[in-house]
Amino acid sequence: MAISARRRRTGLAAWGFALPFTILFAVFMLVPVASSLYMAFTDMHGADLRTPWAVNFVGFDNFAAALADPKFQQAAGNTLYFVGVAMPLTLGVALLLAVLLNSGLVWFRSVFRVGFYAPVVTSIVAVAVVWRFLLQPDFGLVNSALGLVGIDGPRWLTDEVWAMPSLIMMATWRNVGYSMVILLAGLQGIPRDLYEASAIDGAGAVRQFRSITVPLLRPTLLFCAVITGIGYLQFFEEPFVMTQGGPLGATNSVAYEVFNQFGFGNYGLSAAMSYVLFVAIVILSYLQFRLLRTEK
Amino acid sequence: MTVLSERSGTRRTAPRPSAPSRPAARRFTPRAILLNVVLLLGLAASFGPLVWMIVSSVKPEGEIRQFPPTLFPEQPTWDNYTELFATLDFPRFFANSVVVALVVTAGSVLFSAMVGYALAKLDFPGRRALFLLIMGTLMVPGMVTFVPLFVLVANLDLINTYAALILPFLAAPFGVFLMRQFMLDIPDELLDAARVDGAGEFRTFFAVVLPQTKPALATLGILTFLGSWNNFLWPLVAVQSADKYTLPVALALYSTGQNTVQYGLLVAGATVIVLPILIVFLALQRHIVQGISTTGLK
Repeated sequence: MAISARRRRTGLAAWGFALPFTILFAVFMLVPVASSLYMAFTDMHGADLRTPWAVNFVGFDNFAAALADPKFQQAAGNTLYFVGVAMPLTLGVALLLAVLLNSGLVWFRSVFRVGFYAPVVTSIVAVAVVWRFLLQPDFGLVNSALGLVGIDGPRWLTDEVWAMPSLIMMATWRNVGYSMVILLAGLQGIPRDLYEASAIDGAGAVRQFRSITVPLLRPTLLFCAVITGIGYLQFFEEPFVMTQGGPLGATNSVAYEVFNQFGFGNYGLSAAMSYVLFVAIVILSYLQFRLLRTEK
Repeated sequence: MTVLSERSGTRRTAPRPSAPSRPAARRFTPRAILLNVVLLLGLAASFGPLVWMIVSSVKPEGEIRQFPPTLFPEQPTWDNYTELFATLDFPRFFANSVVVALVVTAGSVLFSAMVGYALAKLDFPGRRALFLLIMGTLMVPGMVTFVPLFVLVANLDLINTYAALILPFLAAPFGVFLMRQFMLDIPDELLDAARVDGAGEFRTFFAVVLPQTKPALATLGILTFLGSWNNFLWPLVAVQSADKYTLPVALALYSTGQNTVQYGLLVAGATVIVLPILIVFLALQRHIVQGISTTGLK
């Protein structure tokens, strides 16, 4: 009796703690998640904003329309291009920097760590503006520097071929520090005597990297790959500020297309496109788990 | 440690069993020099664009468009900032960003800590279901929810309000996840002791639990503030009149507007967004970097 009364009291107190969060969570997270699924299967438009229930179910029409739309296909291709190049590049550079910083020969490790991490705390919109300025073809810093060594730099953001590599370069610049800091922490967790023992057995630096560092760092690499991949699949601010998706759609991304369709008032189509993106995120995360999970 | 021993002359720190220090000579071998030069070049590439942003923001437009560019401003000027703050409405956007980020941070950290504590340490009906629901939404990206969220907020008549900018971010699944992880490590004996002493559940939470989780609160607070300060997609959608713009929205819309591009103004605007964060980051970098690495490894 006394015990059950006490349990009821802690139960009440617990819900008291959970309630503010739970109400906001239900209204601003669960309702949107559920209704995005609903919207993806309806013909909802901007005019239905105030009467969201008075719309028609259209089955998979929105998904079919999205997949058949050449603009969406181009955006999907661009997104795969962006993720396929920027993600390995970001992780590779981050791993290289982490390994270099972990060497005992570095003079000012914390200065380097802070310097490489600084871009991570910046607003993407702000640094996208800065990179637009850096990549300005006539007086930008990048082409000026290239000019010093006799190279005539391309018109980066207005060139169909060079626009996407420009965005990849900027995204890598901004995000390397995050993975680097996490990988460095992972490296510092690997016991030194493993390296010493393998050195006695005659293993060189490359062999040590392949047989000790990479296997023991797998879970950390997996974490970085998943976080980086999820972020990159949704890239939006970079083309919004730097190219508006151009030239000729060369930097339009799925996320940007979701935003544009929303802007045109095609809410149902926009929701369906965002679900395609969500499924891609789930698939990518799953593949990475399969590929990088610790072998047993 | 050094600071401590300097403050109190009598207290000497014991010689620390430090990692085997390398002989100074080894740090200046050709290999070491090459390694550090490579890293220095990397540092220039990483930090350079931010320095260039700040330097360029005090150049007049004519000098900005000069080829080859001047490394240091030849005629330094505050004109770009004067125009941002006097002609454009940047003080207002700045205040909007600060208010939204502060309220979101305070509210979301408190609510995350409260529900994290309940999930970690209290037994109540529905606990497992609530936990699974929260974890299930951890991976749902903002790209998927912003359209229905807009419909919802429009029907609540909250478009163009601070509430629209704040409320959706007060319930942050990642914050709950982080706080619950830390709360699990608090020993039950500590909580029982407080209860035996007659503290109620709320008193126990505020007087015993919260002080125990200060590092986690600080980490989450910094991450939340950064996220809010840099947030772009939702403010862009939820706010349509300029008096509620946050800094990133204002800069993005200005930079993609029809008017002729003034790079001086743009880099000054970017500096206004980035520099305060950069200063705070440099001041707190030890805690921030450490916090990030622990959230990553957990």
